Amino acid sequence: MAQEYRVLLEYADKINPESASDYIKVGGYKGLEKARSMNPKDLTEEVKKSGLRGRGGAGFNAGMKWSFVPQYPETKYVVCNLDEGEPGTYKDRIICQKNAQALLEGMAICGYAIGSNQGYIYCRGEYPFVVELLKNAIGNAKESGALGEFNIEVRMGAGAYVCGEETALIESIEGHRGEPRFKPPFPGVEGLWRMPTVVNNVETFACLPFILTKGAEWFAGIGAKSYPGTKVLTLTGDIENATYFEVPTDYLLRDVIYELGGGVKGGKKLKAVQVGGTSGAFIPPQNLDTPIDFDSMGAIGAALGSGAVFVMDETRDIVDIVNRIAKFFEHESCGQCTPCREGTFHCKEIMEKINNGRGSLKDIENLKVLTRVMVKASLCGLGQAAPIPITSTLTHFEYEYLRKLM
Amino acid sequence: MDIKLTIDGKEVVVPQGTMLIDACRQAGADIPTFCYDPDLKLAGSCRMCVVQPKGWRNLVASCVTPAQNGMVIETDSPDVIESRKVVLELMLSRHKLTCHTCEKDGECNLQDYCYRYGVTESRFDGKVHNLFKDDSNPFIERDYDKCIMCTRCVRACDEITGARAINIMDRGHHAKISTAFDGELVDSPCVFCGQCIMVCPVGALTSKIAAGKGKAAQNDKVLTTCTYCGTGCTLELNVKNDKIVGVTSNRDPELSPVNRGALCVKGRFGWDFVNSPERLTTPLIKENGEFREASWDEALGLAAEKIKGIKEQYGPDSLSMFSSARITNEENYLAQKLMRAAIGSNNVDHCARL
Amino acid sequence: MTNSINELESDAKCIFLIGTNTTENHPVIGYKIRQNVLKNGAKLIVADPRKIELAELADVYIPFKPGTDVALFNGMMNVIINEGLADSKFIENRTEGYEAMAEIVAKYPPEVAAEICGVDAEDIIKAARLYAESEASSVCYAMGLTQHSTGTDNVKSCCNLALLTGNLGKPGTGVNPLRGQNNVQGACDMGALPVVFTAYQNVTNDEARAKFEKAWGVTLSGINGLTLTKTINKAYEGEIKGLIVIGENPMVSDPDLHHVEEALEKLDLLLVQDIFLTETAKKADIVLPGVSFAEKDGTFSNTERRVQRVRKAISNVGDARQDWEILCDLSTRLGYPMSYNTPEEIFEEIRTLTPSYAGISYARLEGEGLPWPCPTEDHPGTPILHKEKFNRGLGLFHAIEYIEPAELPDDEYPIILTTGRSLYHYHTGTMTRKASGLDEFMPSNVVQISSPLAKANNIVDGEKIRVTTRRGSIELEAEVIDGIRENVIFTYFHFAETAANYLTNASVLDPVAGIPEYKVSAARIEKI
Repeated sequence: MAQEYRVLLEYADKINPESASDYIKVGGYKGLEKARSMNPKDLTEEVKKSGLRGRGGAGFNAGMKWSFVPQYPETKYVVCNLDEGEPGTYKDRIICQKNAQALLEGMAICGYAIGSNQGYIYCRGEYPFVVELLKNAIGNAKESGALGEFNIEVRMGAGAYVCGEETALIESIEGHRGEPRFKPPFPGVEGLWRMPTVVNNVETFACLPFILTKGAEWFAGIGAKSYPGTKVLTLTGDIENATYFEVPTDYLLRDVIYELGGGVKGGKKLKAVQVGGTSGAFIPPQNLDTPIDFDSMGAIGAALGSGAVFVMDETRDIVDIVNRIAKFFEHESCGQCTPCREGTFHCKEIMEKINNGRGSLKDIENLKVLTRVMVKASLCGLGQAAPIPITSTLTHFEYEYLRKLM
Repeated sequence: MDIKLTIDGKEVVVPQGTMLIDACRQAGADIPTFCYDPDLKLAGSCRMCVVQPKGWRNLVASCVTPAQNGMVIETDSPDVIESRKVVLELMLSRHKLTCHTCEKDGECNLQDYCYRYGVTESRFDGKVHNLFKDDSNPFIERDYDKCIMCTRCVRACDEITGARAINIMDRGHHAKISTAFDGELVDSPCVFCGQCIMVCPVGALTSKIAAGKGKAAQNDKVLTTCTYCGTGCTLELNVKNDKIVGVTSNRDPELSPVNRGALCVKGRFGWDFVNSPERLTTPLIKENGEFREASWDEALGLAAEKIKGIKEQYGPDSLSMFSSARITNEENYLAQKLMRAAIGSNNVDHCARL
Repeated sequence: MTNSINELESDAKCIFLIGTNTTENHPVIGYKIRQNVLKNGAKLIVADPRKIELAELADVYIPFKPGTDVALFNGMMNVIINEGLADSKFIENRTEGYEAMAEIVAKYPPEVAAEICGVDAEDIIKAARLYAESEASSVCYAMGLTQHSTGTDNVKSCCNLALLTGNLGKPGTGVNPLRGQNNVQGACDMGALPVVFTAYQNVTNDEARAKFEKAWGVTLSGINGLTLTKTINKAYEGEIKGLIVIGENPMVSDPDLHHVEEALEKLDLLLVQDIFLTETAKKADIVLPGVSFAEKDGTFSNTERRVQRVRKAISNVGDARQDWEILCDLSTRLGYPMSYNTPEEIFEEIRTLTPSYAGISYARLEGEGLPWPCPTEDHPGTPILHKEKFNRGLGLFHAIEYIEPAELPDDEYPIILTTGRSLYHYHTGTMTRKASGLDEFMPSNVVQISSPLAKANNIVDGEKIRVTTRRGSIELEAEVIDGIRENVIFTYFHFAETAANYLTNASVLDPVAGIPEYKVSAARIEKI
């Protein structure tokens, strides 16, 4: 079954993503219609039943997340995380560019379920054209009446990676420094402007219309049991077909690279693959026969994350790549908590030292202690995940480090 | 509803909404903190107060994590100790170690915790910041080479004084405390209340007026009432060798009922007039338009003689007294008693109207 | 204050500031008000000719003409009565004199009041509604309200407003004078006033006098004494021959300093007791060195009537002596022996003669202090006055007509000069000018001028100019600002070398309180 299975992207390049009427012609907004015919509680139950889990990286059950939102407050918000800052990841941009109306419909469905009339899309600062596209799509949908009372505003980020973290994103929408909040309280209880807020990823929202039209059971039957549905993957690095694919979630990593991806570029041997973005683990070739779903990836110490697949061939210098990643996190740490603020800096310093041939075994020892504490004690996911490229390569590619020591 | 949990093997019952830090302290655990300040918004950022909930993947910051029923908490597991040590080492790596000349030597949380956890030096060295701010104001020294980024100063500035003069600038390791556009305090909304100094757990913010006069930890502190406006703020006079060497404040509402530690620029920095060389130290008598020093006996004798003379010649109401809104109740009482009982006139007033 | 300071931080839902630049003159109270507005959304009304810091946060800012306070209050009360926002139950049960007051107030519809005050009628209406409709409204004032020839009227009007809306006797309400000096409340409580003994017991009251005569073992005068301002005038006229000044500096703080100087020079004896050789002490025949707050034990009573301890931290400087010891010694030499071992002993005597302090002891003052009245040892103190009833029983409305300030601008002196304090200095600067940081930060005086006025007089920011009134002139730096009424200039009175009180008027005082009109003098400005 080594082929794509397109749900979100079925009509890619066949319809105008800005046009509500194009979308309606291919069955769009039927899901919202169905949702609105339901009791909000039943709607949430239906989504829960579909098994849809967050596509941003955390993999939390979407319906479950909604069910935490209290009923009584009048003001609640639906926020779409389109701060796609993960290097090598561009699936949310693709979804917007191919099927923006599905995202809007998904947000409106969520709005109906939790009792909110206001949505925000927080868009990555490097995507001004997507902001333009979404504004047109929203205008078009509002004009067509498809969204009903539900309003959506687009807010643009300013280039901070950490704003992809849902609470930092909320701070940023509020006009503050992009710094994650401590949890609890979770956004579902106290989010945007301290009101209950559901934050979901673009891809999560875009799944909703199809779950409603085709049914929760249909969705639950696609791909891996514990993480059903499809996943849009983006391939980068030393790969023949560096592009995007939509696959069922039980698809094997090996097939992603060797079937859809067309194999390692230039027929070279694979050294490692990093899945899920910059903070993803480096997976050695012996682990390729793993399905890409959330839990299977977790079982090999990796993470599906955003669905980015970064392929490195046999000629790549792992330590040099990890050094660059360490620089990235040093640059992107918000600076709020001590382990991340100082830890990312010292990770970079030590990695640089090792990469430049000035490192010692003591440095590797220090790196291990430091990364352990960062994972255990950082305030948000950024600091907890930033060390993973280091720890995973120290596990699978330690010889590459040792080779570079003084 | 009460919450029952186990902390270091002890069962503890706390009201719902209690943060772990308070539950842990109730259980007798001494939780170290930098960013935590019960009067300010929680930050949860220094990660010094981490504890280990059994069965959880990561440690949690006890200051921002509510106690939950059935939790089993360890406050000194090897993971917790290791994390605290590494956090201290990370702080040390950006902290200028000049304890020998530091005003806060002996009253510094960083020093205390390094001592407690045996952290003598940091294994994480690297480029050191040069963040010292040569700020021309005469009140507040801003040595950000000692700053550990707990942000208590930022929160105190906002939540106690409401000046909002400082905030965090830049990101990550480069983050620092700054005024808008990284200028001097005098060009910011700063009102020099020094609440930032009050909350700083290290020596990054200190008083320029008190600098070099005595390390805070070595001074005696005498709780008293401010001598300036009528608000009646409580402050602590810092005393060394029978000299006033500084002012600090006490935040305990029992001891500082009006201001709860908050002061203004006059209260916190306007105390050194007490040591002025211009203080009067001996009675003076004017002769031929010039003052000369006199003994108390001579000066008081002369004063009494003159007062008696005027009273005899013109009557008691030809004498008047301005008592003072700055001396104590006891002294005001005696002043009016003197005027009324000893001189025999009600001509006594003070500057209430001015 | 009828209420306590910390109520302003949470209990007050609406705060009306008139004639108080709180963040500069009572900074810590200013912080609390600011936090209440920012955190709890308390409403804020600010009436001041200068756009003070808190005006930036205000729901309504009323930049009214100096000296038109009564018109502003009457205008607000007119709105409250006409819109049915008065607390009729409170008026009925707790007050008297409503009709007479209402009759006068009827003459001040907001448009009329606005015309007098030089502001928008809409703002008066908005302020009236905010104050009357909030659950708990507190009015705070300072010298901006009182230092007028109609100061007493202004305060009474303020009370009228609170009575009319029932904003008394409850948390977060009250009529709250913010007093300027650490122990000005205590000095009044202790009878350092010409008409009362401690706790406001009248010297003309035979019973009160008898009580003090018995306690002190002497016969006491039943004739009201002279206020400070009148003492200076009587000295000028030669009727006062001897003056004892303790920790005061009339040569900077009193109105019309040329007049003060001449008056002091006419004295046969000027005895000054102080910690520095002040401008006044320099005029003295005998100077006695007392000690600062850091060197003494005792008590201060703050603006919310809280009695708190002052504790000795260091020994007397040089040969200086405790002020109470000097007083005892002098009294003894005058033939009336006074002898105490400690300030606490004096306090114990105060308690026996001062009903509102009777329950207070040094032991009870450890910790939070106690707000008087505290009549018995088991009384918890009284943070909020007038809860059940007023001192006189019913609260009395006063019918008050607006009267113009004594000295209005004319062709020769076309501008209104108003004076006040800075955050960085205190009163006559005796202490703060010798505090290194404060004096470095603000070493000299400035006069604040509106941009249009500066432009009209061809004056630029930082230029030295001359300010002149009928009493004299001073030369100082102009600070051109936007937040001040066009025809008003403002200067600080802390600086002896450019003392604002060379300019102020000593000839017209409030007829009841004898307070000088520091907030309105006719003036002119000139380039030098």
